[in-house]
Amino acid sequence: MSPKVTEVDGRELKVENQEMTGSSMLIQALARENVDVIFGYPGGAILPTYDEIYRTGIRHILARHEQGAVHAAEGYARVSGKAGVCVVTSGPGATNVVTGLADAMIDSLPMVVITGQVATSVIGTDAFQEADVVGVTMPVTKHNFQVREVEELPRVIKEAFHIATTGRPGPVLIDLPKDVSVASGFFNYDQDVDLPGYQPTVVPNKLQIKKLAEAVTKAKKPVLLVGAGVLHSKASKELLDYVEQQQIPVTSTLLGLGAFPGSHKLHLGMAGMHGTYTANMALHEADLLINVGARFDDRLTGNLKHFAPEAVVAHIDIDPAEIGKNVETAIPVVGDAKEALRMLVEVDGRPSACDEWKEQVQQWAAEYPLWYNEDDTTLKPQRLVEMIYEETGGEAVVTTDVGQHQMWAAQFYKFDKPNRWVTSGGLGTMGFGFPSAIGAQFAEPDKQVVAVLGDAGFQMTAQEMSILQELNLPVKIILVNNASLGMVRQWQQLFYEERYSNSLFPIQPDFVKMAEAYNIKGWKVENPNDMQQTLKEALDYNGPVLVDCRVAKEENVYPMIAPGSGHHEMEGIKP
Amino acid sequence: MKRTIIATVNNTSGVMNRITGLFARRHFNIESITVGMTENPSVSRMTFVVNVDNQRGLDQVIKQLNKQVDVLKVRDITDDAIVARELALIKVVAAPQHRGEISSLAEPFRASIVDVGRESVTLQITGDQQKVEAFIDLLKPYGIKELARTGITAFKRGTNKSVFESPKYSIIN
Repeated sequence: MSPKVTEVDGRELKVENQEMTGSSMLIQALARENVDVIFGYPGGAILPTYDEIYRTGIRHILARHEQGAVHAAEGYARVSGKAGVCVVTSGPGATNVVTGLADAMIDSLPMVVITGQVATSVIGTDAFQEADVVGVTMPVTKHNFQVREVEELPRVIKEAFHIATTGRPGPVLIDLPKDVSVASGFFNYDQDVDLPGYQPTVVPNKLQIKKLAEAVTKAKKPVLLVGAGVLHSKASKELLDYVEQQQIPVTSTLLGLGAFPGSHKLHLGMAGMHGTYTANMALHEADLLINVGARFDDRLTGNLKHFAPEAVVAHIDIDPAEIGKNVETAIPVVGDAKEALRMLVEVDGRPSACDEWKEQVQQWAAEYPLWYNEDDTTLKPQRLVEMIYEETGGEAVVTTDVGQHQMWAAQFYKFDKPNRWVTSGGLGTMGFGFPSAIGAQFAEPDKQVVAVLGDAGFQMTAQEMSILQELNLPVKIILVNNASLGMVRQWQQLFYEERYSNSLFPIQPDFVKMAEAYNIKGWKVENPNDMQQTLKEALDYNGPVLVDCRVAKEENVYPMIAPGSGHHEMEGIKP
Repeated sequence: MKRTIIATVNNTSGVMNRITGLFARRHFNIESITVGMTENPSVSRMTFVVNVDNQRGLDQVIKQLNKQVDVLKVRDITDDAIVARELALIKVVAAPQHRGEISSLAEPFRASIVDVGRESVTLQITGDQQKVEAFIDLLKPYGIKELARTGITAFKRGTNKSVFESPKYSIIN
């Protein structure tokens, strides 16, 4: 075999089909997988790999904490659709990425994480910085590997990328002992992936598609529920085609926002605990519920006893284990959303006769829109999100942390296009929003990336401001600052008789000074009348910024389905 | 309800951990588990006997097992025609004068005496669970000093035919 040259960014990396060390193989393989950025943090057991990073010049972003690196890789993955890559050392380096793995697992983000490990000769001896990473990460990865022989490495990396990015995407971890990364072996990356135990079903069963099309024809009150599966399979166009053809109202999960245009007249908004009244009532009254790539999360369904009581449920999912897991499903369709929607359009079943139903949902939408009380004296967080929407023209990539600000962003920013919304849905990871914005900015260097963060979540990973400073990365940090753990405070107010246990911050840092310490331009806004102007200035600023927005502290997220209630029992709808 | 599940898996390290982890996460009680090589040395075969509360939980665990990259095939074979066997070693208190008696018990069960001590004998029996349990019951009055069971290992019969055609009753058996 003749040696082959691999080029990345015009740089000629080494040739293959030759002897090289494990760490060379790793960088070679990453180049072959078209990895254009690695997020990571060095340490003892991963030193040989970092030496290779140094020598090849492959782009590496140095986080200031492994959690920052792994969430950045997630943000990159969510926006680009490519696998995010994260490299960390053994022991504490590896355990610090566990949260990110769990987050990527539950939100189906493709990611390949490489962890250093102590040498094979001392594995199991409680060596310095040793942790059983394969054991620890088994339940929070789609698959994980420990490489024992250097010859296995090319195959393992190839399989890792294949598993991470196909089927239902997810994180894959490769544990790389130090001695394996310095051992020499023969590098050949031109082998086919051969995984008999991993064969995701992509093309759905035709009969099931036909059955679904017939159900639509019969339905009087059909509704679509759109999840992140549509985004992962890049099926937004097919979804729009299908909805336009069939004229079925659409609701979205938190993570599915943007899969269907938020301002489309058939879009009823987000469903679930803090979804719109219209979306939830549509699910409650529907006689046919078509779930495309959502997993019936409990924050979406509310009390399962009351969920979609009238509906025949159809569920399109590439992961058969999701079908029937929480909600009994009459029409299961296992396969890729893009394929399924394309086939449904082709079947061209007679559109359902549901004009009355569409009128009904439009009426709900007109009567009970999302709402909040305007106020001249305090800055309303909902209004703040609206302003961000107006000032970015709805074109920004928005990332959030978890809590009240996340719900307000989901409610009041209309996502018209896919892959503009990065949030931690399933795991609800505070500290996710800021580093994921950094990753998103790498995925979309020319787009405006706005990190809408709570003051609490920001403090969990604020050290990553170093990356903004170092690279002059123009991420816009908008702090929705209510000096509290807003959602915790809200629940304590509603369900714990206002016993605000540890949810109100007695002191806070000066966030503007904090930003300035990293040479990031900062603003503080208290007067609602100054907000729009400052926001405009900050968004136009050439470089990273932080805007500390002092919002109304006692504001609650409404409407709301209280825990244990059904979709028809929403509280806090517009009076 | 008790279900028998078989799985063929890649014979790589950690597979057992992956699978038992899945059961544990869903609060499934594994009654027994057997693992061994197959005709293909890179593939192992596992047989689990599990106790589950409902069919939905069982379906979910089988789907989750199927999702594992190292799991090649999973089946619930409880309702199929299967061959299921386990092996038990039973050490029984036996003074020399009781040895003959115990030996005569073993014979109809096709059990065998595999070790004799001054005050004990060790018997080996193979068969389906019912047979093994019946034999253990018979030995109990003598005093069981130690008991080790392998748990069921099973697979589907080569042909289903004989099972469907065999009468439910028989005067010979």
